[in-house]
Amino acid sequence: MLKVQNLRKSFGPFLAVSDANLTVAQGEIVAVIGPNGAGKTTLFKLITGQLKPDQGQVVFKGQDIAGLSPHRVCRRGLSLSYQVVSVFPRMSVFENVRVAVLARRRQVLRLFTPAVRLAGKETWEILSNVGLADKADVISGTLSHGDSKVLEMAIALGNRPELLIMDEPTAGMSPEETRATMGLIQRLSGDMGITILFCEHDMELVFNLAQRIMVMRQGETIAQGTCDEVRCDENVQQAYLGGHGDA
Amino acid sequence: MHQQKLLGSRSLILVALLLAALALFPAMVSRYYIYLVALMMVTGLLATSLNMVLGFGGMYQFNHAVFYGVGAYAAALLTVRGGVNPWWGYLLGPVVAAALSLLMGLICVRLSKLYFGMLQISLGSLVWAVVFRWYSFTGGDDGMHGVPVPPLISSIDGAYYFVLIVTVVCLAVMYLIVNSPFGRVFESIRDNPERAEAIGVNVRLHQLIGLVIAGFFGGVAGTLFVTVEGSVFPDMLFWTLSLEVIIMCLLGGWFTFLGPMLGGGMVVALRAVVGIYTDYWTMVLGIILMLLIFFLPQGVLGFFLARLGRGRTAGEGD
Repeated sequence: MLKVQNLRKSFGPFLAVSDANLTVAQGEIVAVIGPNGAGKTTLFKLITGQLKPDQGQVVFKGQDIAGLSPHRVCRRGLSLSYQVVSVFPRMSVFENVRVAVLARRRQVLRLFTPAVRLAGKETWEILSNVGLADKADVISGTLSHGDSKVLEMAIALGNRPELLIMDEPTAGMSPEETRATMGLIQRLSGDMGITILFCEHDMELVFNLAQRIMVMRQGETIAQGTCDEVRCDENVQQAYLGGHGDA
Repeated sequence: MHQQKLLGSRSLILVALLLAALALFPAMVSRYYIYLVALMMVTGLLATSLNMVLGFGGMYQFNHAVFYGVGAYAAALLTVRGGVNPWWGYLLGPVVAAALSLLMGLICVRLSKLYFGMLQISLGSLVWAVVFRWYSFTGGDDGMHGVPVPPLISSIDGAYYFVLIVTVVCLAVMYLIVNSPFGRVFESIRDNPERAEAIGVNVRLHQLIGLVIAGFFGGVAGTLFVTVEGSVFPDMLFWTLSLEVIIMCLLGGWFTFLGPMLGGGMVVALRAVVGIYTDYWTMVLGIILMLLIFFLPQGVLGFFLARLGRGRTAGEGD
């Protein structure tokens, strides 16, 4: 479904991603791991169009989408849930998700239909699914950190993505919130059939959820395979134990 | 479940009462007050049109008076120089303003926030300079006086009712737009343009359409000014007025729909009162702005709505 080949991106003299390779098959849950600064967030931004790669290919459903603008990437069925909470802070939780649903339905340029008549049902379904229904009227800027991260995901789900990319979905969450989020990710994959690509520092979460893992170090893919393969990989052991072991 | 209506029944009653009061108003007061209230409505409409992009789109439009002036000049020039029926002038004035807004938008919309505003100011000043200098066509710094107004609305009462009706219709249309999917998504762009783009919104296109809408209604306000005053002058396009319109939005409450209307009315009324005692109107305006920033950052209407516990964005989740 997604195939990333030899992707490269530099910021001035700093090579953030030098050679990233990744494949994600339909229905899979794939994790990207690696020490801080390995280029995971940059990789995700390159895939979703927030950044333009210097080199390499991003093939999604058979088409090269590298360098497309974010709204075009999104319309092809690929959504990103951000690491740093990035919601619409002055709007209610409900409206946050509704605009995503409206965007997916291509209804954003309607000028004279009241928005309250559109997308309400679908928005409720998403909010109930992620467990935010009771906070629908809360202004999103005032949510707790954990709830904001869940709203992040809810907005991404509003686009009804085929591939959902999550950048550290549980960063900063309490253990209970982390557990709930894990359950949610499993439901998204199992019940709704969404393909999931995520990165995370919590190794327990990674090995519990992911079917396959890609490991990055200093902008480079050093291994990709099943959990067991990755665990036994020499390069990976060296990356984590030899000098860069901050995860 | 949540409400599915645009206006609650209480708001509807309030609006109806206010309209009735405004309709009966000319029968009770002198010519001067009729003129003043008409001007308040025109100015309020101007501020509301700016707020479409300022408060609801988060775009720092620093040259909004240009569209006000161009709407007015287009109507006046079409009538005086083009010799067309004044009604056509009224129809085409806003269209010309919207077209200019589209043109400027195409140039500016790639830039973000402050750079957008700076370029808007320079392009706006360019238009002002043309109007100010082109004596043979626009009358230069004298402006144009005695612009013909259709007989039906040439009396002060007629002008007042015309302004009232057009203002109410424009407000209703803008209210619809603000509450449409377009408006909701525009607000999301204001809050977080990067994320809006990431959920599949063509942000530039959205902003461009917003600018055209704001320019159009700014132009409508300009043509209404011609109705009330029967004249146009280059100060209508000058950047100081643009700034004053921004202050009106902030004063009334730029995250509320009716705030700018209130702010516009307040500024016009204050100027009328202050003008009796002093010539230093800009100083008074400066003091108002300072007090506003320190004590009422949400604006007057924003403050009261927050007190009532139902700010627009807060109360209307459904």
